Amino acid sequence: MSKPVIATTSLAGCFGCHMSILDIDERILQLIELVEFNKSPIDDIKTFTKPVDIGIIEGGCCNSENVEVLRSFRKNCKILISLGECAIMGGLPALRNGIPIEECLHEAYIGGPTVQLNKEHILPNDDELPMLLDRVYPCHEIVKIDYFLPGCAPRADLIWDALVALITGDPLKLPYEVVKFD
Amino acid sequence: MEKSVKQIIEKYGTAQTRLMDILIDTQELLGFIGKESVNEIALALKMSQVDVEQTITFYHFLSTEPRGKYTIYLNNSAVAIMYGQKAIKETFEKEVGIKFGQVSEDGLIGLFDTACIGMNDQEPAAIINNRVFTKLTPYRAREIVRYMREGKDMDELIHESFGDGKNHLPSLRSMVSSNIRRKGMILSDKYIYGSVTKNILPGILPEAVIAEIKHSNIRGRGGAGFPTGLKWEFCRRAKGEKHYVICNADEGEPGTFKDRVILTEKPELVFEGMAIAGYAIGGDEGILYLRYEYRYMKEYLEDVLMIMRKNNLLGENIAGIDGFNFDIRIQYGAGAYVCGEESALLESLEGKRGEPRDKPPFPVEKGYLNQPTIINNVETFATAVRIVENGGEWFTQFGTEDSTGTKILSISGDCMFPGVYEVNWGFNVEDMLDMVGAYNVQAVQVGGPSGTLIGPDEFHRTLGYSDLSTGGSMIIFSKQRNLLADVVLNFMEFFIDESCGSCSTCRNMPEVMKNKLVKIISGKGVKSDLTDLKSWGKVLLASRCGLGQTAGNPIISSLKNFHHLYDELIQKDKEFDQGFDLESSVQRACKYVNRVPKFHHHE
Repeated sequence: MSKPVIATTSLAGCFGCHMSILDIDERILQLIELVEFNKSPIDDIKTFTKPVDIGIIEGGCCNSENVEVLRSFRKNCKILISLGECAIMGGLPALRNGIPIEECLHEAYIGGPTVQLNKEHILPNDDELPMLLDRVYPCHEIVKIDYFLPGCAPRADLIWDALVALITGDPLKLPYEVVKFD
Repeated sequence: MEKSVKQIIEKYGTAQTRLMDILIDTQELLGFIGKESVNEIALALKMSQVDVEQTITFYHFLSTEPRGKYTIYLNNSAVAIMYGQKAIKETFEKEVGIKFGQVSEDGLIGLFDTACIGMNDQEPAAIINNRVFTKLTPYRAREIVRYMREGKDMDELIHESFGDGKNHLPSLRSMVSSNIRRKGMILSDKYIYGSVTKNILPGILPEAVIAEIKHSNIRGRGGAGFPTGLKWEFCRRAKGEKHYVICNADEGEPGTFKDRVILTEKPELVFEGMAIAGYAIGGDEGILYLRYEYRYMKEYLEDVLMIMRKNNLLGENIAGIDGFNFDIRIQYGAGAYVCGEESALLESLEGKRGEPRDKPPFPVEKGYLNQPTIINNVETFATAVRIVENGGEWFTQFGTEDSTGTKILSISGDCMFPGVYEVNWGFNVEDMLDMVGAYNVQAVQVGGPSGTLIGPDEFHRTLGYSDLSTGGSMIIFSKQRNLLADVVLNFMEFFIDESCGSCSTCRNMPEVMKNKLVKIISGKGVKSDLTDLKSWGKVLLASRCGLGQTAGNPIISSLKNFHHLYDELIQKDKEFDQGFDLESSVQRACKYVNRVPKFHHHE
């Protein structure tokens, strides 16, 4: 049997969850034995080159590009995991959800106390830029998510145990101290 | 009436526990409780301003902003909407020229929604400056606004079209109708007020009163059904400086209005019951906690208390019994359903936000001002009088073995004769529907939104604590009603509005469940939404009080008994749909930055 294929991405997140993946330390060598990485910032493969077994999503969706990437993950991966607070609940970026998007943009580019250089009040509207969503969405409000690994960031041990359980088919051990919500 | 906040404070004193009375009178005097008033009250009661403000903002009828010389609170309960509330709302908005939630620019008229005001048998209804206007029509709404502009006083607005029963009395002058359709031991006119106090109490010890109540097996009529005799006994035994008797007249469960009728037609019976309870538990102070929606009864009820004092049925050495002192005062809520929960009621009575307390300790040990307290429903006190009059044994002949006596039902919705019916426990739903003239019935909401929604398959079930338990609210829906959109959704919105916000479960889950329901109603639901609703609803059981624990019931119970209504609405061909639409969700940001949205449809 060929090795299971894994893909990862960071949407509206801080890459902290990816740091936590790397935090499995020397076990990463073991992981490479167990799985093959496809599209992921870890190996810098930019596009899917084959069907993927497990997709790991960090971050929620704050713009149109996030949505497109997430949808392409859903299309190309058999199993999707929401990894960490932002993917599961929107996290820090979702703090803007209580504020109208117009106010957020105004504060960021026109009215904010630190906005001094933008004298012409230019708002970013180039077609190359992703379009902002009205609010930040957790991943499961856009596509179906199969598993959720909570934490900010989730501990390396939790990620490791979850991946091993998924790959080997063994039940996941979730002792109380492993599950961290903040 | 007092003419300044200073006078109001002088009237109630500077104890923080009387904050609610001070706030209510200030609201009525000035139309709002502004910064200056808050400051003045905070200084006098030695509280921080935010403590005063947090109490104000908790209650629907208290406000930090002016609400108009005339403030119209239009009921938005499900039955009001069934009876045309929408047309009334539109008429008011059009005539006044503002939306609900606003006050006209000249400060004359304010329009506000409010939850069930206990008039389900005469909807649509509104409260305007503490007077109740029932059976509103668009014509009437236009006329009311015109009269307001002409500066007419409230009596002129009422039109002298008083309701039945005692509602025409000079101290009530109310449009409300009692609509008593069936009388039993409580609503009966045979009892002569004061006869138990005068003829029986002098010859019977307090313990014997409790023994009769226990023997009768009566259980609390508010809905929870705790044995009344036990409650009184626990309280009598509890040690404290003082024992209190509190009558819960917060009647906030949508669809119930029987306490309003009892207090209108038989207040003497309720007050006598409270005095008997005071005798039984050894307390000399009683408080009637009356929901603000019934403020129009203030003068009338004060008159009744005055006459009872004159007749030595209240006051000192009542009925010549040496040392039997008992008096009653009325304190008001200010619009909060959760205050019907007994420990939240106590908080409110003590002048605070009505947030339920942790239990234990139970009120019988540590209740009002931390002293032993019994809290009973209006109907329970009224019934207690008849039990002491005739004996506990006599009482057990009515009703069933586990539910003795009679129950006063508030029946409303799609039926010929909505109103108040006193029946023996053990009545079944089918007979009830035939009794009130209800035809083509699709469903009955038993016990209000926090109760159960049942369909024809279950109409053989009987009313009683072992089967269909109810505090008395029965709402009937005929076949033409859209149960999910017009009833269940309305009930969910009610619970969301009324959550005190203390427990995260009740603060969040009803909102999450409502959003799913809206999604299902809009045709975007999938099968997993139904399984989610079923499993997530259980989370609410972790809430501290009954409101939180039952806040998901409209959905949980309709999912159980009307599953086909949900099945018809969900998408069969889709496994997953959260209703997310990329194109519409980028519109606002693109518009603000002046950009035409473009979408790449990647493979």
